[in-house]
Amino acid sequence: MSNVPADLKYVKSHEWIKKLADGTVVIGITDHAQHALGDLVFVEVPKVGRKLAADESCAVVESVKAASDVYAPIAGEVIDANGALANTPEILNSDPYEAGWMWKMKPNNAADIDALLDAAGYQKLIDELN
Amino acid sequence: MPFIPHTERDVRDMLAAIGVQKIDDLFDEIPAELRSGKLDKIPEGLPEMEVAAILSERARQDAVALNFIGAGAYEHHIPAAVWQITTRGEFYSAYTPYQAEASQGTLQVLYEFQSMMTALTGMDVSNASMYDGASALGEALLMAVRSNKQNDSGLILMPKTVHPFYKEVVTSTTSAQGLRQTELAYCPKQGKTLLESLKAHEGQGITAVVIQQPNFFGTLEDVDAITDWAHAQGALVVAVVNPTSLALLKPPSQWGAKGADIVCGEGQPLGAPLASGGPYFGFLTTKMEFVRQMPGRIVGRTVDVDGKPGFSLTLQAREQHIRRSKATSNICTNQGLLVTAATIYMSLVGPEGLARVASASIANTGKLVNALAAVPGVSAVFSGARFHEAVIQLPKPAAEILPKLAEKGILGGFDLSRHYPELGNAVLVCATETKTESQIKRYAEALKQVLA
Repeated sequence: MSNVPADLKYVKSHEWIKKLADGTVVIGITDHAQHALGDLVFVEVPKVGRKLAADESCAVVESVKAASDVYAPIAGEVIDANGALANTPEILNSDPYEAGWMWKMKPNNAADIDALLDAAGYQKLIDELN
Repeated sequence: MPFIPHTERDVRDMLAAIGVQKIDDLFDEIPAELRSGKLDKIPEGLPEMEVAAILSERARQDAVALNFIGAGAYEHHIPAAVWQITTRGEFYSAYTPYQAEASQGTLQVLYEFQSMMTALTGMDVSNASMYDGASALGEALLMAVRSNKQNDSGLILMPKTVHPFYKEVVTSTTSAQGLRQTELAYCPKQGKTLLESLKAHEGQGITAVVIQQPNFFGTLEDVDAITDWAHAQGALVVAVVNPTSLALLKPPSQWGAKGADIVCGEGQPLGAPLASGGPYFGFLTTKMEFVRQMPGRIVGRTVDVDGKPGFSLTLQAREQHIRRSKATSNICTNQGLLVTAATIYMSLVGPEGLARVASASIANTGKLVNALAAVPGVSAVFSGARFHEAVIQLPKPAAEILPKLAEKGILGGFDLSRHYPELGNAVLVCATETKTESQIKRYAEALKQVLA
């Protein structure tokens, strides 16, 4: 059973996004996604300063089985990326919502996040997949 | 692994299972005007006896000449055992196996090849080979763009001393992907890249600097100074090297303070015959930090469920059959047969033998240059330190002299006038370990007669 925290927003391509107090957002991939990929061996995060459109492919997670793209849930500029993933990609498996965060963004429009799936909506989506 | 072709019955059964009538139906979606149609320029089949007669007739045009041309492909002695072993049925298959792990022997050969190439170049990791040296350089530059997070503009500094054919291939394979080559001038006295020519490019956000060592003229470049300058500019260093030379020269991993980042080159000198230009093979090695951007197959050593050693393709997640259109490159195979020959060649000659091949080639080229420069009107062009090739100046156009030498059974060198008109009647010559003193003398005497 995948962990789907109630305080996050989600997108169909299995990223989560969280609003921070200062108006920026933090993004990662869900517990369901990390479980489906299996043991991650390599994570590539976007460069700080890169401007992303919503749904733009901007990161890669590679497991022993496959390499998959990670997409920006909303538009914005990358302001920080999780450097720890370069040498310890396994933290994305063990702690996808905290230590395994991928990058932080300043959203173009903070309201974009409201249109995304809530925890119940995402749970329904993965229930349908299973 | 045996190669077993499909029988007509296999083909019929497979078509029936798919639910189509004939093989052509599988290509239905290709519009008729894009199809080649009947290949009517290809002649009818001939009996084996006639084919053998035609080919031995044509082969005679090849084998008689005394060859002093290098220019990227080198005539080295190949121990008879190399191709005797390479052409054994176990190795001599049509292609690399698709279910690669079923052929542990093939994978082990590739693994040994990779180990030898990392030892020669000093780098951390090698792939299982590329098509040839020129395309390996193209792939190395595309890889540099993917790897250089600081400068990914695609601006490449390309010395004029890099093999001109390589530059043409790089243009073909990379220009549509936004890479731009800017030339670096060379010193007309020494025949190596002018360090002063780098200055103009400071602060331009260069993605990669190419260094060919030895360069196309056979001259040694100032690899340390160029490497350090490139790294100070945030550029990656892409080395193009002759594998034979690495038996004597320091490996690219030791160029400058940090070493070259990607190393590539032509593998033909390692056991492949000249064979009218191919097939040859390319090689590509790099630092571990760039391994995920490396094109091509990589074989790794592992243990199976019982703890026994075995070999498997590794880092495949970045390749075409998994990442599809987002793959690292469209190279998803290797030059299996040539790599097998190279691996056997290297294991037979060993590090010491390869160093002797290199030393003898340097010595013979030195003797050749002295013998030719003693001919009235002929002189050596460059004074820089060299490996086993040199540029000589003739008193008349090479296009006039070389055919006359060929009539005497001597291939006198590579005419440089098309790619380097500024060098006048210059010819690039090479004498590997295969050339004897009397053969070198024969060339010098023939040149004297032709010029008289």
